[in-house]
Amino acid sequence: MTPDATAISATYRAEVAHPDTVAMQTFGFWIYLMSDLIIFATLFATFAVFSRSYAGGPTGKELVDLTYLLGETLFLLCSSVTYGLVMLAVHRGKKKWVLLGLVVTFLLGLGFVSMEIHEFYGLVAKGYGPDRSAFLSSFFTLVGTHGTHVTFGLIWMAVMMGQVAVKGLTSPVQSRLMRLSMFWHFLDLIWIGIFSIVYLMGVV
Amino acid sequence: MNQAPIDNIGISRGSLKSYLTGFVLALILTAIPFAMVMSRAFSPGVTLIGIFSAGVVQILVHLHYFLHLDTSSAARWNVLAILFTLLIMIIFVGGTLWIMSNLNYRMM
Repeated sequence: MTPDATAISATYRAEVAHPDTVAMQTFGFWIYLMSDLIIFATLFATFAVFSRSYAGGPTGKELVDLTYLLGETLFLLCSSVTYGLVMLAVHRGKKKWVLLGLVVTFLLGLGFVSMEIHEFYGLVAKGYGPDRSAFLSSFFTLVGTHGTHVTFGLIWMAVMMGQVAVKGLTSPVQSRLMRLSMFWHFLDLIWIGIFSIVYLMGVV
Repeated sequence: MNQAPIDNIGISRGSLKSYLTGFVLALILTAIPFAMVMSRAFSPGVTLIGIFSAGVVQILVHLHYFLHLDTSSAARWNVLAILFTLLIMIIFVGGTLWIMSNLNYRMM
């Protein structure tokens, strides 16, 4: 029996109209975030094992610029809070404030990614690339995976700015903004682990 | 299409007050470990404990004030899922460190 297209579309509409749809999507995305957390846990474990394997190369102490790190941290923390304000504007249906908040959050996130790319570029230029030692391999993998997540978050955010501008704050758009907010706060949470364990503990 | 705010989003919503409280707490909990490392006022052991404690508390602050995890029934399954993930993480990280340090010891 082949399912007919109208039936599928009717089922889809019924699902979208279901009062629990957004709650289920939110929970499903939460499960995804938990699996992402496990990826980061394995990368943290790898880093912990190699955290003293310098192979005659630079140690954490020689690489970390604390003021620079504080700058990156504040960029990401502030972007997390501004995204929180975006969600408040979403619940109040203020489209202009949502767009403004997304632009500010995007720029703060872009500031973080730019600083990280600049940091990586400086390390590689000095010959301290991921090929220098096991310590640096695990460092680049862990911090780079986080940076890649933030970059994809920025792409997602740019798409959402377009959707809010063109479609307005429809239910599906609100639902997507909700999931992006979870993704964004989650990345800030991972960053706490990175700046504490990878950077600060490496300097002590 | 319907542009009204969605009612049931699965977890609670947060307010301006909760985001600002979270922001101030997160700033303080970021400042503590950075100040401890930059000032070099404490012994390495105390500094490590300070960084670790501030990190754990800051993660809890973010989970509560930004991701809205609490004991309400709306967030119950989210809390259960993260507790289970935490168990897996402890097994992964703890197990890895245990096995690798043991291996390192025996290879010496």
